[in-house]
Amino acid sequence: MTSPTIPGLEKSVSDEEPIQRSRSLNWRQIGLAAALILPNMALLAVFTYRPLIDNFRISFYNWNISSPDMRFIGFGNYIEWFTDDTSWQIARNTLIFTVVAVIGSMAIGLALAMLLDQHLRGRGMVRTIVFAPYVISGAAIGVAFQFVFDPGYGLIQAVLDWVGVSTPHFYQHSGWALFMITTTYVWKNLGYTFVIYLAALQGRRADLDEAAEIDGTGPWRKFWRVTLPQLKGTTFFLSVTVLLNSFTVFDIIQVMTQGGPFGTGTSTLIYQIYQETFVNNRAGYGAAVATIMFLLVLIVTLVQVKLQDKQD
Amino acid sequence: MTMSDDAKAVLPPVPGTGPEDMPELTTAQKKRAASRRIAFQGGSSGRIIGYAGMAVAVLLFFVPLYFIVITSLKTHGDIYTDPISWWPDPFVPENYSYVLNEVRFDRYLRNSIIITSILTVVEVSLGVMCAYGFSFLRFPGRNLLFLLVIASLMVPNQITVISNYALVASWGWRNTFQGIIVPLAAVAFGTFLMRNHFLSLPKEVMEAAELDGTGFFRSLFRVVLPMSWPTLIAFTLITVVNEWNQYLWPFLMSDTDKVAPLPIGLTQLQDNEGLTNWGPVMAGTVLTTVPMLLVFLILQKQMIKGLTAGAVKG
Repeated sequence: MTSPTIPGLEKSVSDEEPIQRSRSLNWRQIGLAAALILPNMALLAVFTYRPLIDNFRISFYNWNISSPDMRFIGFGNYIEWFTDDTSWQIARNTLIFTVVAVIGSMAIGLALAMLLDQHLRGRGMVRTIVFAPYVISGAAIGVAFQFVFDPGYGLIQAVLDWVGVSTPHFYQHSGWALFMITTTYVWKNLGYTFVIYLAALQGRRADLDEAAEIDGTGPWRKFWRVTLPQLKGTTFFLSVTVLLNSFTVFDIIQVMTQGGPFGTGTSTLIYQIYQETFVNNRAGYGAAVATIMFLLVLIVTLVQVKLQDKQD
Repeated sequence: MTMSDDAKAVLPPVPGTGPEDMPELTTAQKKRAASRRIAFQGGSSGRIIGYAGMAVAVLLFFVPLYFIVITSLKTHGDIYTDPISWWPDPFVPENYSYVLNEVRFDRYLRNSIIITSILTVVEVSLGVMCAYGFSFLRFPGRNLLFLLVIASLMVPNQITVISNYALVASWGWRNTFQGIIVPLAAVAFGTFLMRNHFLSLPKEVMEAAELDGTGFFRSLFRVVLPMSWPTLIAFTLITVVNEWNQYLWPFLMSDTDKVAPLPIGLTQLQDNEGLTNWGPVMAGTVLTTVPMLLVFLILQKQMIKGLTAGAVKG
């Protein structure tokens, strides 16, 4: 098995010499290891790996989640998904949401971290305020932002009124609704990318910066040539985690739009899994979407790891 | 530099851990600041842009939070004014008493505390045990099993709900605490975090303990844990926040306030009050949010340390 280079993993998969008294297998040690590791491994096996494999099986059936009778329909669910226009709208929503969320939160987070990577009064306070939403539940933020975006009495319309622009109908137009959800998500998660970039900036090597200074490198060139390459590992880590997180957002969508307007205006793959399985009682179809989604996660992550390998 | 280079390799300097919340400055950086070249940072123009950025950030983040809090303290009539009022007139606690007494938000709060505390104790124990086994013990298949733990990070629990729901429902566990807790109890990230930390501990200490024939509990509580508090606290905090904010699984598992945690209670409140009565809904939002905000404000340094430890290689 080759080890992918996820930060920290290369250390963990390499065979560290553990402490031991003899070279032979130590049965007491194996017994202790089993007692320590098995509970967690059992939970992972039952509630993570089993349902992942089970998704494959269920996706070939027609099944409402509660009744015992399942009807085998082969690739029927997959054929339906790939030939349904709704699926393509949902795939498009997912792509737009994920790309904007990842690039938006990483770019803004990095810009803010760069600005604050210097002596400034009140820095700590700003860090606290920007990071605070990260610890708030997505459902609570979704509920609160429903009011912030309220076209009649919300904060956004008050600001737009003041500027003299009319407020769009966030809840009645798919494009605006998607914009609203994405903005809310980026607002919630900006603190995370910002804090991690700030830590990375402060851990970087000052001598390279100084060399650039002495060479008289311009600020943009210095950013692209000196600063950004030093943040490569962090950028890779964030791209993986933020992508996985934004790909699986459920609470904000459920609370703010329930996938609407017009049924699927802001629906994403995760939302489709929920809706088909638990609202439309089509667990087989939901499982097919879940399987497609897992394969996407797998492909995207492998691509990211490959890109990272190439860079190194 | 106040930190040794070894320490830096393990943990990057965390923003705000220096004196008076200033970034760590190397002599080179100080010289650079002194030389006042007009660079992106360090120069006076960089500072002006920095303050401007700070002002924008505070506006974007503080204003919505402020807006939510004042809305929860307004009367119904005061909320529905155009233009909006920036100060409650009069200040009323009615929304809170309504939410606590009529909607019985205290029950959701109780459920949240039960679910989060049990999950945190279980996950931290499992994570520490598992990481100890993977770090200090030798057994066949160790690397493969650890890879399985890491790989499970790639399986979001949102895509495993279908089969898990069917299984847990068939046990009759819907609307029970164990139905919410058990399927969420496996630990992947925490195992990874703790194992990384354990492997960074000096080998001599473990060897000394080993040669004395120290038992597992002694070596864990006398040797390993006393050197691991910061990482353990960070892991605990991240777990508390994650579990408090869990949504999809408890949402599927609970129908009433018997076992539903706060975020689910908030959704039910919103369904009942709809778009016509924002006051109580905002009060519920504040109640859902405040416990985690308090935890965060008191312990933010430890928490941020845990988040950055896995991400930033110094």
